[in-house]
Amino acid sequence: MGEKGTWAVKKGLAEMLKGGVIMDVTTPEQARIAEEAGACAVMALERVPADIRAAGGVARMADPTVILRIMEAVTIPVMAKVRIGHFVEAQILQELGVDYIDESEVLTPADEQHHINKHAFRVPFVCGARNLGEALRRIAEGAAMIRTKGEPGTGNVVEAVRHMRLMMAGIRRLQNTPREELMAAAKEMGAPYELVVQVAETGRLPVVNFAAGGIATPADAAMMMQLGADGIFVGSGIFKSKNPAARAKAIVAATTYYNDPKVLAEVSKDLGEAMPGLEIAAIAPEQRMQDRGW
Amino acid sequence: MLIGVLALQGAFREHQQALAACGAESIQVRRPEELEKVNGLIIPGGESTTIGKLMMEYALIEPIKYRGEKGMPIFGTCAGMILLAKEIEGSEQPRLGLMNIKVRRNAYGRQVDSFEEDLNIPVLGDDPFRAVFIRAPYIMEVAPGVEVLARHEEKIVCAREGTFLAAAFHPELTSDGRLHMYFLNMVKKSIA
Repeated sequence: MGEKGTWAVKKGLAEMLKGGVIMDVTTPEQARIAEEAGACAVMALERVPADIRAAGGVARMADPTVILRIMEAVTIPVMAKVRIGHFVEAQILQELGVDYIDESEVLTPADEQHHINKHAFRVPFVCGARNLGEALRRIAEGAAMIRTKGEPGTGNVVEAVRHMRLMMAGIRRLQNTPREELMAAAKEMGAPYELVVQVAETGRLPVVNFAAGGIATPADAAMMMQLGADGIFVGSGIFKSKNPAARAKAIVAATTYYNDPKVLAEVSKDLGEAMPGLEIAAIAPEQRMQDRGW
Repeated sequence: MLIGVLALQGAFREHQQALAACGAESIQVRRPEELEKVNGLIIPGGESTTIGKLMMEYALIEPIKYRGEKGMPIFGTCAGMILLAKEIEGSEQPRLGLMNIKVRRNAYGRQVDSFEEDLNIPVLGDDPFRAVFIRAPYIMEVAPGVEVLARHEEKIVCAREGTFLAAAFHPELTSDGRLHMYFLNMVKKSIA
């Protein structure tokens, strides 16, 4: 029946997620709360990033049982994470039938030199990036969706903002670069020339670009959207807060009505306490998840 | 003539680009006031539960239903088709229920089963139409008066009922503008 796993189909699902919120969940109950709140997809995990950070040690792909239970609980797409470079964890997730794989810096990398060859898979991949060059490297490897890395599990939006601004500045710079200078720009960014030319011509990434890594409030989500994100990932921000259902619903509304301060003011009321935040400077350099992968 | 694209969530930008390529002007619709300005409405692909909840929360269901019943053409693709359907198999999710069809969500399975294929859509001419199906629904049943425009392996994937048009696939993701042109002609007729 038809052609499966084509680029149009992989990239297409990300297009359908746009303007939506993808929420980290660890149980079927949380998945149902997320779906009920209006999440456009969920990320099935054993632990949210804040708990992974607190636990330390090696973080791996979730137990398939956890993922399968969440897949049974909801009708919206279910994503799951693999370690950077761990192509066998990816083969397992594809076999389980997850809808999207996140090759994620939240887990402990399995390969410090090479990311997964994502073209080899029928299931689409999303990857984190801190700047345009990194985003284009992942796209060249087959990622059909990009998200900023931010600093996961912190409830601190500052790194997500930094990465989104760097990405957008990179795009604007290429748009104003004369054709004969694009090869040098490609060399400098460490990105494939063809993709650099494409971004220079179209003024946008070739795939959807979400914001992730530290988003904890409706205002955070709307700010990332105003900075140019196509949609929002919320990791620990929902289920580490005092009232997950209300906060989840408010972040969904803030992502749709990101340009409407009246709605933003309304949905920001009475949400209870947000997740406890972490100052980035308080995190030891070797504990910074965003520096995993290149 | 102005076309609205419901912009609560999903591929609304691609629909606006497809409309622009057809020479039509469009605006994003998130509020009832914006709906009042348009002559036709497209409900894009996306997550039907998300779009339905936001439609209910931000008071869009009744105004869209009202305009639809008064003759404003509406075109729903994928999630948009689900939201147009009167009946959604096994689901009580919010919807417009304007078309007398019964749909099955995620009817082809999960994302790994998403596919693209050439369809025969006679009302668009002899050339095949490249259709992208993403976690797509299909139409299980249609009431009398619903015109079946296309099938994929016996399943109904495109249909029209009066001023309402529904497709299970994503014409906004390919460069073939014929289905958008077909809808624009419906809108033109409705305001003539």
